[in-house]
Amino acid sequence: MLLNTIILALRELKRNVMRSVLTILGIVIGVGAVITMVTIGGGATAQVKEQIASMGSNLLMVTPGKRLGPGQSSETILFKAADGEAILREVSSIAAVAPVSSRSLQAVFGNQNWSTTVTGSDNNFFTVTNRSIRTGRQFGDSELRSGAAVCIVGETVRKKLFGGQECLGLNIRLEKLSCQIIGILEAKGQNTMGMDQDDIVVIPLRTFQRRISGNQDVAMFQVSVKQGASTDKAQQDIRLLMRERRHLSPSDDDNFNVMDMKEIANMLTGTTQLLTALLSAVAAVSLLVGGIGIMNIMLVSVTERTREIGIRLAIGAFAHEVLLQFLVEAVVLSSFGGLIGIVLALTASVWLASMLRVPFVFNGGIIVIAFLFSAAVGVIFGYFPALKAARLNPIEALRYE
Amino acid sequence: MIAFSQTDTRPIIELRGITKVYGTGQAAMHALRGIDLLINEGEFVAVMGPSGSGKSTCMNILGCLDTPTSGSYKFKGIEVGRLDHNKRTRLRRFYFGFVFQGYNLLTRTSALENIELPLIYRGIPASIRRARALETLEAVGLKGWEFHTPGELSGGQQQRVAIARAIVTDPSVLFADEPTGNLDTARSHEIMDLLTGLNCDRGITIVMVTHERDMAAYAKRTVRFLDGRVESDNQNGRIL
Repeated sequence: MLLNTIILALRELKRNVMRSVLTILGIVIGVGAVITMVTIGGGATAQVKEQIASMGSNLLMVTPGKRLGPGQSSETILFKAADGEAILREVSSIAAVAPVSSRSLQAVFGNQNWSTTVTGSDNNFFTVTNRSIRTGRQFGDSELRSGAAVCIVGETVRKKLFGGQECLGLNIRLEKLSCQIIGILEAKGQNTMGMDQDDIVVIPLRTFQRRISGNQDVAMFQVSVKQGASTDKAQQDIRLLMRERRHLSPSDDDNFNVMDMKEIANMLTGTTQLLTALLSAVAAVSLLVGGIGIMNIMLVSVTERTREIGIRLAIGAFAHEVLLQFLVEAVVLSSFGGLIGIVLALTASVWLASMLRVPFVFNGGIIVIAFLFSAAVGVIFGYFPALKAARLNPIEALRYE
Repeated sequence: MIAFSQTDTRPIIELRGITKVYGTGQAAMHALRGIDLLINEGEFVAVMGPSGSGKSTCMNILGCLDTPTSGSYKFKGIEVGRLDHNKRTRLRRFYFGFVFQGYNLLTRTSALENIELPLIYRGIPASIRRARALETLEAVGLKGWEFHTPGELSGGQQQRVAIARAIVTDPSVLFADEPTGNLDTARSHEIMDLLTGLNCDRGITIVMVTHERDMAAYAKRTVRFLDGRVESDNQNGRIL
């Protein structure tokens, strides 16, 4: 009997190709969208983590302001250059400390101009950020001390202002400061957040303070910990030192932040995870829309199907046989649609992952969830109208309008 | 399972005081107000009457497509009026065949598959099933139309398919509700000849609802309904 019912169900699907295709389409779109979005989102998160891991774990960032949560801060007391010197002097596990103050400015050469980031720092900046000078030289000690009008430019700035032209020794203008190019940085490409790391002009910190910011503040310190030394220990030592220097009593919270890459990684993955959640929500809507599509198709065919049920009951089908047939139809459609959706989603994910240069991360959980949801929608809306019809007297089902 | 003795000499159908009420209270509609009716094996009964006289309702109850509100319905001596869904289904499956005015064939389904359907529910193996369906299809004169769907057949042809579907299981009783209602005169007479043949040659008991005198004349007996009651019950003197 089961076999007979399955045959009847399959015959019925074959006869109603349009209805079957539309139902399957609803499931395919729903399942496919959710799986693709979540998989790509997962890939992006994995990529961020991977890139941060590759940046090395010996980098610390000391920023002013109380940490309230991702991106929030208050009670900002800025650092002075002396804070950085103290860190290097007092904390034994520190290899280098680079003060960093930055501002967005127009860099002008002749009739060319380019908006870039001007960073005031010293030669430690290149050590800490793991960059080297391709041509030219680093800052001289006297230049740093006196705040000379010299600069080292990134590849992007060189290209935008000079094109193919030789630029070493020429002067560019940053706001009111005209400074001489003494070096060009080795190109480094984009960082984790998609920022062009070559779109930069480095000038001595003192020059930045005097000629651009007009104060003695340092926005942050980038600190590299000695190879083999504990990052956690260094982080703790810097924290204690800074508390002491800022005369914080034990009951006060830190009004500065010492972050290691792990925390920065968490911050960034937090952002991508938020993005993934957002994408998933969009995808969930398409799953819902797909579900409503299935529902519509199933409900629209209720009249026709109720009559069909009436006919079957009249010629001697048991209600449970008719129901089993409808259940088989719904299950076959849903599973078939679900499988197509999964295959399409995986194909699309692999393709998109390679297009967007993010790793492809297989996520079994979302596949199961998406599949079960659409299967449930298909079965519920395919089966329950049939259940209602099969409980009628055959003559009522036959007369159903 | 309901067992019936083959040597039973009692009427095949016995109705006593059957009523059917739709709705309740003020809105109650009395479709049948107490029907007494005996039908013997091998009879061809035409049920006539104006619209709303209860003839179709009565037939639906006879065919176990609907349940009476009160009264007794015995089929082959067994009370069946108030059986549950499944037992009534079993009666339809093994003893009854139905022909409707609107044919009620499965759409987009070939004539042959429509005829096969009751056999599938009876669990007849595929090879026998197909052979019997083809045989019945030929018996109603539709050889060559096996694979046409209802949409590709004329009204008369669709009704022939419906009749084939009803008789492919060799039912004891064939219920026909205005089988010629949607057909022209020539087609109607063809269908009636077919039914008469089934009654004479196969001995199938036929109960047919009609409001056309010409069609009722094919039957051996005419029962007239009026306002939910039997108004008259006559044996037809057929002029051949």
